[in-house]
Amino acid sequence: MSAGLPGGGLDGSGLSGGGLHVLGPVDQIPVGEGRAYGVGGEQIAVFRLRDGSLRAVSAVCPHKGGPIADGTIDGSVVMCPLHQHAFELQTGCSTTGTGPLRSYPVFADESQNVVVLLP
Amino acid sequence: MTALASRSGRSTPADTRRRLVVIGNGMAGARAVEEILARGGAVQHRITMFGDEPYGNYNRIMLSHVLSGEEDAGGIFLNSLDWYRENDITLHAGVRVEKIDRFAKLVFSDDGRATPYDVLIIATGSRSFMPAVEGLYTPGGRLLPGVFAFRTIDDTRGMVSYAQEDHHRRAVVIGGGLLGLEAARGLQSHGIGVDVVHSGGHLMNAQMGPDGGAVLRRSVEALGIRVHTSSRTTAILGGDKVRGVQLRDAPDIACDMVVVAAGIRPNVEVAVTSGLPVERAIVVDDHMRVPDEDEIYAVGECVQHRGEVYGLVAPLWEQAAVLADHVTGANPKATYLGSRTATKLKVAGVDVASMGLQAPERDTDEHVVFSEPSRGVFKSIVIRDSKIVGATLLGDSRKVAYLTQAFDRGLPLPEERVSLLFDLGGPGEEDGVAELDGDAQVCNCNGVSKQAITDTVKGGCTTLSGVMDATRAGKGCGSCKLLVRQVVEWAADGAVDEDPAAAYYVPGVPLEKAALMAAIREQGLRSVSAVFAALAPGGAEDAKSKMGLASLLKMMWAGEYIDERDARFVNDRVHANIQRDGTFSVVPQMKGGVTSPEQLRRIADVADKYNIPMVKLTGGQRIDLLGVPKEDLPKVWADLEMPSGYAYGKSFRTVKTCVGQEFCRFGTGDSTKLGIEIESRFQGIESPAKLKLAVSGCPRNCAESLVKDVGVVAVDGGRWEIYVGGAAGAHIRKGDLLATVDDPETVTLLAGRFMQYYRERANWLERTYAFVPRVGIEHLRAVIVDDAEGLAAQLDAAMQESVDAYVDPWNEGNDPFTPGQFRTSLPLEVLPQVPVR
Repeated sequence: MSAGLPGGGLDGSGLSGGGLHVLGPVDQIPVGEGRAYGVGGEQIAVFRLRDGSLRAVSAVCPHKGGPIADGTIDGSVVMCPLHQHAFELQTGCSTTGTGPLRSYPVFADESQNVVVLLP
Repeated sequence: MTALASRSGRSTPADTRRRLVVIGNGMAGARAVEEILARGGAVQHRITMFGDEPYGNYNRIMLSHVLSGEEDAGGIFLNSLDWYRENDITLHAGVRVEKIDRFAKLVFSDDGRATPYDVLIIATGSRSFMPAVEGLYTPGGRLLPGVFAFRTIDDTRGMVSYAQEDHHRRAVVIGGGLLGLEAARGLQSHGIGVDVVHSGGHLMNAQMGPDGGAVLRRSVEALGIRVHTSSRTTAILGGDKVRGVQLRDAPDIACDMVVVAAGIRPNVEVAVTSGLPVERAIVVDDHMRVPDEDEIYAVGECVQHRGEVYGLVAPLWEQAAVLADHVTGANPKATYLGSRTATKLKVAGVDVASMGLQAPERDTDEHVVFSEPSRGVFKSIVIRDSKIVGATLLGDSRKVAYLTQAFDRGLPLPEERVSLLFDLGGPGEEDGVAELDGDAQVCNCNGVSKQAITDTVKGGCTTLSGVMDATRAGKGCGSCKLLVRQVVEWAADGAVDEDPAAAYYVPGVPLEKAALMAAIREQGLRSVSAVFAALAPGGAEDAKSKMGLASLLKMMWAGEYIDERDARFVNDRVHANIQRDGTFSVVPQMKGGVTSPEQLRRIADVADKYNIPMVKLTGGQRIDLLGVPKEDLPKVWADLEMPSGYAYGKSFRTVKTCVGQEFCRFGTGDSTKLGIEIESRFQGIESPAKLKLAVSGCPRNCAESLVKDVGVVAVDGGRWEIYVGGAAGAHIRKGDLLATVDDPETVTLLAGRFMQYYRERANWLERTYAFVPRVGIEHLRAVIVDDAEGLAAQLDAAMQESVDAYVDPWNEGNDPFTPGQFRTSLPLEVLPQVPVR
C-alpha cells in the first residue's frame, strides 16, 4: 500500500527535518478541518480555523494513537475522534488529562502555501 | 542587589529558628511534620526527627499488600529520604530515643547523642501486643524462629521470606481482628494454609457484633481460612523453631509459622521514664499538648485524649492538623475534640465498614438489620433520636459514604429506614457523591477529603489515576477506589444537579432544546457556524457542540440546511465508522436483513479486491467490512454499488426482521416486508442518538422487537403491536407498548410520528430508552396515537420533509464534497513520506 500524502513536503529539504517546510496550498485544507502531512520524519496535523488562521500539532493522539487530523475543532481545541480527548491547538496541551501533542509554528506564505517550522 | 555583600564572608548568620525535635518517624510523626511544613513551619523551625526503624516514612496500612505481594515494599513509602533532604529535615533513622530531660530540654538517644529542643513532638506509636504464651521466646529473649509480629516492614519481609520457603506450609495467626485477617489472607497468597485462632466469641469483635461476625466468618472460611473462635493459644510448640500451637480447649495445630496479631500497645516507655503523665497512653489536652508542658506535644497511637486511645489512621490526621496549628501558631484556637471513628476497609477481600455502636444499648434505640449470609452481606444500623449512632456493613459498601456522613454529622434520617440500607431507585450512588460534604473523608487510609479530590480535578487533573497520584486517595487499602472514582467523575462533570449546563442541548450554547430551536427558527440560522455566531457566548465555536447542532439543524431545515462539513464528526464526513486503528468499517444497506446471492457475491469480490481484513455479520443483520483505509472508501463504495447502511451515525440505522409468514410456519404477519418498508422510508435520517428497530412476525419475537427503540410485533388477527423505548445494550429495558394497530401502513405512520417527536424533543445523545420513561408512555400515547395536542399532522409533515431530503451519502465517493475528504489522516506506513529529490 502506498498512500501518498498529496502536498506532503515538496520542500526540497529531503529528510533533514528541521527548518521551514512548505506543505502545499492552504486550499487543500477545508475551513474548520484538518489534514495530515508527513514532513521531515514527523506526522503533523494542520488545521485551518474558521477565522482563516492555521494551527499545527502532531498527528497522533498520545492516548491511543488516534488520527488527530480527523478530529473536530473549534477556535481553541481539537478533539480526537477515538475517545474525545481534547488538546489546545496553540500549545498541544491536553485539556482532558492525557499527554500533550507537540505543537509547531505554522503560517500561510504570500502564495497561500502552508509553511510549517520544524525544530 | 545584595549578592555582593554576602559573597565576601563565608560565615552564615546563626540559625535562630526554633529547634523542633520529633520522636517517631512513623505515620503520625511524619504527618505532623507535613502539616507543619504546609503551614510554613520550616521558616520558624529547624526540624530533627528520630526514627526507630532505619527507613524513611512508610504507609503501615499497606503492609498487608506487601505481605500478599500486591505491592512492592518500595512502593509504600510516603516520604523517601529525599523528602527529608529537600525539606531540610535532619533524620536519624534507626536511632531510638531513650529519655527526655524536660528541664534541660534535651533528648538522649541510643547513639549517645544529646539533642537540644525548643519544641518536642512525641509520636512513638504502638507495637504489637505479645500475649503471655509459653514458648514464644527463645531463652535468649528473641522471638522463636517462625514467630512474627505484624507491625513493621521488617516483620513483613521476614514473613514473606519465611512463607516462601518450600517446606513451610501452614501458619497459625493469633488474633481474628482486622490485622489478623489481613495477615491470614496475605499468607494464603504464598500458598500457606492458615488457621486463625481468636480469643473472642466472633471475628472482629472490636468492630462488630456477633451477627455480623458470623457472616464475616462465613466469608473468611469461604476463602479457605480455618477459624477458631473463643479459643486461646496457650503455648507455641517447637523449641528450636515453630512446630505447632497448643490451644486451651482444642487439639493442637501443627504449623510452621505463627503470626501474632493480638492487638497493639502504645509505646510509652520514653514518656514514663521522663516523668510525663501516662495512663493508658501519653495524656494530651485538646491542643495535643502534654498537660503542664508548654513545649511538648504528642500525636498518634501513643496518645490518650479525653480517655480515648485510637488505633486507626483517621484520628491521627485530625490530631496532626491541630498540633500543627498550635506549633506554628497558624490557628491558636484549633482544638481536637476526639474522633468519631468510622472504619471502611477491605478485610481479606471483604468490604467492611463499621462506625459507632455495634448494637442497641437503650430500650428506645432502633436497630435495622439485614443479613444475607450466603452472599456474605450483613448490614446493621443503630438509630437513636432519629440519628445514626452506629452501623456495620459487610460485603456491600454502596451506602457507606452516605452512612458515614450521617453518622459524623448526625444528619436527619429518611422515614423509610430501609433506604438507609439499599438504594431503592431513590438517589443513586451518583447523588450520594453529590450529597457528600466537601470535608467528608473519602480515603480513610490517607486522609483525603472530597474537597481535596474536587480541587485536584478542578485544577485540571481529570483522570482517576492522576487524582490518585496527586492526592494519594485510594492508595491505601484500596477499598475506597470506587468512591474516589465517583467523586472524580462527579467533579469532572461539574455538579450535575446544580449545573444549568446539564440542561443545555449542547454545552457551548446556553439554551435548552426547545428555546434553542425557537431561536434558530426565529433567526433563520441554517448553519452550525451561524448558530455559534448568534447564540454562543462571545460567538465562540465549541468543538463538543458541533455534532449535536449539525444533527439538529439537519432535522429542522432538511433540504434548506447549510451543510458545513467541519461540524460533522469524522464518521459523518466520510460515511463510515472509525475504528481503533484509524481505519473504517463499511456496512452496505441490507434492508430488513434480506440479501441476495448477487449482493453476497459482490461483497465477497470487494473484500477480496481490497484485502479487507475482516468480514463480519453485525447484530443488525448486515455484513460489515472492517479495516478499510479512508482513502479506499470511495473505491470500495463504487465497486459495491450499494447504498450506505448507516452503521456509523447518530441516525436511523437498521430494521431487524424475522422470517415472518412467508416461510415461517408460525408467522402471523409479513414482518420481512414491513421491515423493508420501514427501512426504505426512514433510511439514514439523523436523530439525537442512534435508532435501532425490529419487526417480528409473531410473539416469539425472533427479531427482539421488545428491546428496540421502535419494535413491531405481529399478533394474531393481522394486528401489530408497536413498542418504543426498548434497549438491550448498555442498559436493558423492555419497550413500552405504544399502540396495537390494524395494518402495516399505520405501523409506519405511527413509528415515523414517534421518531419525529423524539427527534424534536430528546436531548442530544439521549436514547429512546431514557427519553420514553422521561416523558412517559401515557403522554406519548396521547400525543402520537390520539393526537391530543394536535401535533400529528405537523410531525408527519416534518418527517416527510426529512425523508424527501435524503441523499445516499456514498455517492460522494465519486465527487468528494471537500478537498482531501478521503485523504488518510494517519499514515499507516512508517514515515517519512517526504519524497527525496
